[in-house]
Amino acid sequence: MATIVPYSHMLILAAILFLLGAGCAVARRNLIMILIGVEVMLSASGLAFIGAAMHWQQLDGQAFVIFIMAVAASEVAVGLALIVYSQRRTGSLNADDYDLMKG
Amino acid sequence: MSIYAIIFYLLGAVIVAATALAITRRNLMHAIVYLVLSFIGTALLFFLLGAPFLAVLEVVIYAGAIMVLFLFIVMMLEIKPEERTLGPWLRQWAPALALSGICLMIMVGFLFLNAGGPGPLLLVTASPLAFGRFLFQKYWLGVEIASFLLFVALVGALYLGRDNSTTGG
Repeated sequence: MATIVPYSHMLILAAILFLLGAGCAVARRNLIMILIGVEVMLSASGLAFIGAAMHWQQLDGQAFVIFIMAVAASEVAVGLALIVYSQRRTGSLNADDYDLMKG
Repeated sequence: MSIYAIIFYLLGAVIVAATALAITRRNLMHAIVYLVLSFIGTALLFFLLGAPFLAVLEVVIYAGAIMVLFLFIVMMLEIKPEERTLGPWLRQWAPALALSGICLMIMVGFLFLNAGGPGPLLLVTASPLAFGRFLFQKYWLGVEIASFLLFVALVGALYLGRDNSTTGG
């Protein structure tokens, strides 16, 4: 049976991608870039699940990726609707501008 | 090193490079196009790791639907690229880079501490038929909950996105 790479390399790749997404969500100030960072994090966690499914030869990991995709799709739909809504209210997309309880 | 390992490392390098380029672009349009490249690379990696159905779903949902949604919003809101300012840029990225680097080192350290457990990945493929049978036999409740979640998200997006200029709200 052909082997691909050690399981740890797979996990390290997923960790790098996850942290790139987390860094994007932390460092960027544009609301859309923050949402993009969260998307990258969700995709990286899916990658880790697929690697685990392959490592233990179980389909459960792949099943969870379906749920992650459903969560990502609904998160991005509601998140973008919120961004459009708040952009209409305040006229700004910069996260630093949202510092008032009553705007 | 087998051909599969070479493909894995190449794809990994492409994904990490595309994601790193995407998260540092000042123009949102460029960032989203780089992200499409990153997600297509991830889909190819899914294919390599024995999940062809999920690879197709990754292209359709992530690289297709989600990124097109982002593109629509960026075009709808007419977002200007951020201006180039080095000082705030460093102030923003230095803590994020430092904290991410520490987390990455700890993760890699844990992985190498447990190096005895995880062995090499074997090349197997889960056919879409087997995967669908498994999903609907063992996780049918989860699928129903996911569909309900998508429905709630649809209603929420409709409610938030409605034009409330007539109601004054």
